Amino acid sequence: MRLEMVRRWEGLIFVLLVGVCVWASLGVDGFANGSNVSFLLLDTTEIALMALTMTLVIVAAEIDLSVASTLGLSCAVLGWLWNAGLSIEMIMPICLLVGALCGAVNGLLVTRLGLPSLAVTIGTFALFRGLAYVILGDQAVADLPPAYTGLATASIGPVPVATVLVAVLAVVAAVVLHATGVGRAVFALGSNEEAAYFSGVRVKRIKFWLFVATGVMASLASLVYTFRYASARADNGMGLELAVVAAVLLGGVSIFGGRGTLPGVLMAVLLLGVVRNALILADVANEVLNFVTGLLLVASVLAPNLGAVWRRRTTPSVEGKSAS
Amino acid sequence: MDQTPVLSLSQVSKAFGAVRAVREVSLELHPGEVHALAGENGAGKSTIVKILSGVHRPDSGRILLDGEPVEFAGPGDAQQAGVAVIYQEPTLFPDLSVMENIFMGRQPRSRFGIDRRAMRAAAADLFARLGVRLDPDQPARGLSIADQQLVEIAKALSRRARVLIMDEPTAALSGNEVARLFGVATTLREQGCALLFISHRLEEMFELCTRVTTLRDGAYVATDLIADITPDDLVRRMVGRELDALFPKQETAAGEVALKVGRLTREGVFTDVSFEVRRGEIVALAGLVGAGRSEVARAIFGIDRWDAGSVEVDGRRLRPASPTAAMAAGLALVPEDRRQQGLVMDLSIERNIGLAGLAAVRRGPLVSRAAERRRAADWAVRLRLKYARLADPVNVLSGGNQQKVVLAKWLARGPSVLIVDEPTRGIDVGTKAEVHRLLSELAGSGVAVLMISSELPEVLGMADRVLVMHEGRLAAELSRAEATEESVMAAATGRSAA
Repeated sequence: MRLEMVRRWEGLIFVLLVGVCVWASLGVDGFANGSNVSFLLLDTTEIALMALTMTLVIVAAEIDLSVASTLGLSCAVLGWLWNAGLSIEMIMPICLLVGALCGAVNGLLVTRLGLPSLAVTIGTFALFRGLAYVILGDQAVADLPPAYTGLATASIGPVPVATVLVAVLAVVAAVVLHATGVGRAVFALGSNEEAAYFSGVRVKRIKFWLFVATGVMASLASLVYTFRYASARADNGMGLELAVVAAVLLGGVSIFGGRGTLPGVLMAVLLLGVVRNALILADVANEVLNFVTGLLLVASVLAPNLGAVWRRRTTPSVEGKSAS
Repeated sequence: MDQTPVLSLSQVSKAFGAVRAVREVSLELHPGEVHALAGENGAGKSTIVKILSGVHRPDSGRILLDGEPVEFAGPGDAQQAGVAVIYQEPTLFPDLSVMENIFMGRQPRSRFGIDRRAMRAAAADLFARLGVRLDPDQPARGLSIADQQLVEIAKALSRRARVLIMDEPTAALSGNEVARLFGVATTLREQGCALLFISHRLEEMFELCTRVTTLRDGAYVATDLIADITPDDLVRRMVGRELDALFPKQETAAGEVALKVGRLTREGVFTDVSFEVRRGEIVALAGLVGAGRSEVARAIFGIDRWDAGSVEVDGRRLRPASPTAAMAAGLALVPEDRRQQGLVMDLSIERNIGLAGLAAVRRGPLVSRAAERRRAADWAVRLRLKYARLADPVNVLSGGNQQKVVLAKWLARGPSVLIVDEPTRGIDVGTKAEVHRLLSELAGSGVAVLMISSELPEVLGMADRVLVMHEGRLAAELSRAEATEESVMAAATGRSAA
């Protein structure tokens, strides 16, 4: 029954996505042309990358709010090392390592100390961003190699190179979540951690590596972000964590864990990107833009639970009956 | 005692769905008596407590307060009538002081708000009446369980409780603390309170109580004066039922030792537990709830750490605290709590069965859905699982079929040692017999089975040997011939070591 509801939800997102695209193509000037589609796709790259691993983390009934700060820290390290004269080919793996370390810090605090990931990653959210400012201050490092800044904005036909990267990693993430033993274990432990542990699932190990993977993904997103804007700053990607979580929840992943699919999340990333793009083209004010995004998020969290709330209201509880 | 009982039950029955928890039970509590309520696990003692305290309403029968019929619509009504319950583990507000806990919601007031001085004096007065020393200003956090119970008792007194129900109050107490509690109980009795005392320890009932009412399988058996009966009489009243032929265990020759547990200790939980289970054997681990049976099983399977001792499977020592290592060695555990520990209720039947054997359904790095489904379908047929589709979540299945899914999950691994914890709890009679037959067949095929069960007929019918635990220790090991309801209960209640 739940499974069917998930499918229905994804069907709904798909219909919504197609509907918004049709409406925007007909009603919004400049939406349906190659360069806009290309820009739209490119603009969702960082959110999409981070949403891939965030999906696994939230299905495992955890959350990582520090992703955008990890991205910022990775940007700062990139700028600092570039200023120090290292080659970009040396810097990139170091950035990925920084991301992995950030994820490992989150993972250790959650699994070894048993702290709730919400609290841990609110802490590291401030910690990593703060560290980014310590490293780079408020300067912008802009003289990055054109080979890379060019590649980050290049397209094959209307499809940006960055989108190809997203597509490849999306396939990997989807296979891991939906077709491997680890994926099976992630669903199980997100739904009932105790039962998963009693079945021999290495709960802590899996959670730890999910956080590490999320950190690596955030630093990969930082590379795309830095090259795309040709600017490494400590405040890069400020606030993106909310967009990532919004996309994952809108995509049908349960905030309580144990439910969700990757295709659903990818469609939700696109839906949010399209809505944003179309509203910008239609000259809608930025404040309204945020309002619409927020509305979609609230709706996505609310909708799957409305049915349950309704049932609870209409059927009296056992205690209610016996006391009457 | 010809005076009117302060509180009594008359022919009270209560059913939960198809389960008749208590049937036509009568009970009279007189002022100035300590009345024991005796019975095995599941005899209906807790239901009686809940009816007396207004948590459950009886389906039929009457509650009489001072001889007048009353109805308790909720715990508030019972409290109003002067009924208070002291639980095994009280729940105080840890950050409030002792006196604030006692007077929660009923604080004495002065013109400027809460009158702390009056509250302190009243609390000290209550403790003086009980004959104990406790600081009213001490925060509840950090109080021992015994002290917490005293705070609850003081709270009950401050509400002018006339009936005090103590539901296994001594289970978590040390010897000195029990003595102190009994002193308080005696004081209260002399002041005219009626006390209902529930304990699994027979010697405590004989020490403290004046009368005892025995329940068996939800039905009233007898009310006796303690002075008139012996502990053996009481045990007979608790267990005396006919063994039926529901539990067939085939005779099998026991093979080599598959599970060897040596002096296993987890501090404060169980101590010095040693036993062996051979291939082809069903060994039952009997004892009362709280004796530490499930905790031993959890430790063997690596869920909890142990502090000392060893576990060997087929001669190989097991790494502690690792379910994965236990599974690799050939152990399987069907846990006590099916819904919380045995199954992921939202996941499908096939994924639950596959969860403990992900390595077996893998093709390269990927899970083969076909293999996963074959494994599930195969075991569903073997265990005669009743289901619509294997992709259905397990929460749509009945309790008995859910238990079959848990069994399938573990049997599909082909374990050499199977630990089952309360394997037939809450499942229907037909499925129960199937589970028993299955365990018997498994033993016949050379699996070593360790069965924890609180149902004596199941233990006596199935087991080749019976280990009995009492308060964290092995109290007795009984052969099939030695094991009777009386001998097992005697060991479980700590009266003798056979």
